[in-house]
Amino acid sequence: MNPNSRGFYGQYGGSYIPETLSAPIEEIKEAFEKFKNEESFQADLSYWQKEYIGRATPLTYAERLTHFLGGPKIYLKREDLTHTGAHKINNTLGQILIAKRMGKKRIIAETGAGQHGVAVATVCALFGLSCTIYMGEDDTKRQRLNVYRMKLLGASVRPVTLGSRTLKDAINEAMRDWVTNIKNSYYLLGSALGPHPYPQMVTEFQSIIGREVKEQILKKEGRLPDQLIACVGGGSNAIGLFHPFLEDKDVSLIGVEAGGFGIKEKRHSARFEGGSVGIFQGTKTVILQDQFGQIEETESISAGLDYAGIGPLHCYLKEMGRAKYTYATDEEAMNAFSILSKMEGIIPALESSHAIAYIIKEAAHLSKDKIIVCNLSGRGDKDVETAILYSSKEEVNN
Amino acid sequence: MKSINDTLNKIRQNGKKAFVAYITAGDPNLNKTVELVETISEAGADIIELGVPFSDPLADGPTNQKASERALKQGCHLGGVLESVSKIRQKGIETPIVLFSYMNPLFRFGFGELSRRCREVGVNGLLPVDLTPESFLEEERHFKNALEKERIEPIFLMAPTTKTSRWKLIEKETKGFIYYVSRTGTTGVSDKLSEGLLGKLKEVRKVVKKPLIVGFGLSKSEQVKTLAPYCDGIVVGSAIVREIETAKNFKEAKKNTHSLVTKLKESLI
Ligand SMILES: Cc1ncc(COP(=O)(O)O)c(C=O)c1O
Repeated sequence: MNPNSRGFYGQYGGSYIPETLSAPIEEIKEAFEKFKNEESFQADLSYWQKEYIGRATPLTYAERLTHFLGGPKIYLKREDLTHTGAHKINNTLGQILIAKRMGKKRIIAETGAGQHGVAVATVCALFGLSCTIYMGEDDTKRQRLNVYRMKLLGASVRPVTLGSRTLKDAINEAMRDWVTNIKNSYYLLGSALGPHPYPQMVTEFQSIIGREVKEQILKKEGRLPDQLIACVGGGSNAIGLFHPFLEDKDVSLIGVEAGGFGIKEKRHSARFEGGSVGIFQGTKTVILQDQFGQIEETESISAGLDYAGIGPLHCYLKEMGRAKYTYATDEEAMNAFSILSKMEGIIPALESSHAIAYIIKEAAHLSKDKIIVCNLSGRGDKDVETAILYSSKEEVNN
Repeated sequence: MKSINDTLNKIRQNGKKAFVAYITAGDPNLNKTVELVETISEAGADIIELGVPFSDPLADGPTNQKASERALKQGCHLGGVLESVSKIRQKGIETPIVLFSYMNPLFRFGFGELSRRCREVGVNGLLPVDLTPESFLEEERHFKNALEKERIEPIFLMAPTTKTSRWKLIEKETKGFIYYVSRTGTTGVSDKLSEGLLGKLKEVRKVVKKPLIVGFGLSKSEQVKTLAPYCDGIVVGSAIVREIETAKNFKEAKKNTHSLVTKLKESLI
C-alpha cells in the first residue's frame, strides 16, 4: 500500500515542514522514486543485505514456548540475528545507498534506544561517510553501551539536553542540524515516521522482513500464518512485517505499544490509548498531547518505544480495521524478557519483549492449530543493565 | 487597529523600511508580554510577531527554545496568548500583530474557532511555521477558508533553498508580506549575513512584488544597514528574546529591548 502523491494514507501523513526543508525533502523524494526501481540499486541492496546484514534471517519455531503456553504454534522472525542485532539496519542500509547516490558526504540521525544510531554509525563506517548522532541525554544514560558502540564506529554522539531529553528531542535536534547543513548532509530517519517520503521509504526497506516470512512460512507450513505480532514504537519493524501481508485478509495483524508504568496513571507511550490526531515532527498522525496541543511526555522501560507519535500508516490501518493495536506494560515486558530467555535461549530486546508479552497473555485464547509469527525485532544485550536495575527495584518493593 | 497591508504600503510610500519585532508570548509571563509589546511599539516596531509557545519548536534555535520552555512552565497557551492580544488592543496599541506558531496548537484549537477569536481580539496575521502553501491549498484548505472568512492574513516563509518554481505560489498564498528566511538554519543570533543572501534577494525582488521582509539571525546595526536596500523590512527576534532572558529584572528587560529596537530601527532608515 502506497501513500497518495502527497504522502497521505487516508487523512494521515503528508509533509508538515519549515520552508527551508522543502527543497531537501523534495530532493530525497525524487532520489527515492528514481532509485527504488533501478536494477543496479536493487542489486546493490540485495548484495549488502546478504553479505553484510546476513539476510535472510531465520524464522525459528519456538517449540518450548509453544508447549509452555499450550496455544498456537509460535514462530519468531529473527531480526535479532542481523548484523548489529536489530531490524534497524535494514533501513539504514537502504537509505545510505540512496544518500551515497545523491552525493551526500555527511549523515545525521536521531536515536532512542541507540539501535538505530548504531545501525547508522555502522553503515557510515562501511561506506566511509561522516556521521553525527543525536540522542536524548536520558537515553545516553540508560543505553550507555550503545553510546560507546557508536563512538567506536567513528560516529560523533551529541547528547540533547533540552526538552524531555528523549527520542523526540533528538529528532528535533537532528532536524535543526539538517536545516543548517542541508547542502552536504542527509538526514537518515530511523522509523516509519516524519514527513513524506520517510514513512514510505522506511516501509519499503523494512518490508524485506515480511517478504521473507511469507516465503519461509509457506515452505515450513505450506500456508500463511493466522496472526502476525510486532511491537510498535515509531512503527518500522511492525510495518516491515505487516506490509507484504496487507492483501492477505485472513492474516490478522497485531501491533503492541508500550503501556509503560500504566495507562490510567498516564505514564505510558501507547498512542492508541488516549492519543488523538495532531501534527508532529513533519506528519499528521495520532499523538499523545494535552488539550492545548503540547506534546506529552511518555514513559516506557524500553527507550525504543518511548515516543509520543506513531507512523501514519499504522493510524490508517487501525482506522480501516486492517490491523489491531494493544499494549503491554513495563512489568509484562520484563516478564516476557525473562521467559523467552529461559524458554528459548534468546534474550530479546525490551522493545520486542512487548510483542512476546502479548503472546504470553493471549496464547491461551488461540487454538493449537493456529500459527502465529512474532517479529523479534532485536536482541536484548543492550538491555541487561536496565533489567538489573528493574529487578533490584522490584526486590526493594517486595 | 491598522492592517498589515496599510502599514507596509505607507512605509513603502514614504521610502522607509519596516521593522518587525518578535518575542515569545508568555516569556516571562503573559502580563509582561502585554507590557513588552507596549515598550517595543513605543520604540518604533511597525509589526509585532508573537511566538506561540510549543513543546517541540524544531525550527528554533536555543534562545527561542528556552523562551518557549519558560512560557510553557508559566502555563502559557494559545488561548492565553489571544487574551493578551485583547489586552494589548484595550490599551490602544494599534500595531499589527502576527502570531508565529507551529501547526499543532492551531490544529488542536480548531481553525474555525481560532480565526474567529483572532478577529475578535485583534490579531492580524498567522504564520504557521511548519505548513507549506501546498498543504494550505490541499489538505488544510479548511484552515485557508477559515482565515479568509475572518480576514486573518496568512504569512508564508521563503528560504534561500526555495525553488524558483515555487516563488509565485508563495507570493500568491502569503497575504501581509513574504517572510524571507535570511539563512538556512534555525532562528538564533549570528554575527554575519549568510553568503549570497543579497544576490538571492535581488533575484527574488525581480519576480515577487509583495513586501519582502527578511529575518532569522539578525541582531547588528551593520547587518540591518546592509540589508535595507534589498528588502521592505527586517525581523529581529532572538536578539530581543535574549535581552529579555539575560536582563537582571523586568525593568531592565524593558529598558534593554527598548534601546535595542530603537537602535536597530534607526539603522534601518
Ligand atoms: C529492537 C527494537 N525494536 C523495536 C524498536 C521500535 O521501533 P519501530 O517501532 O520503528 O520498529 C526499536 C527502536 O529503537 C528497537 O531498537
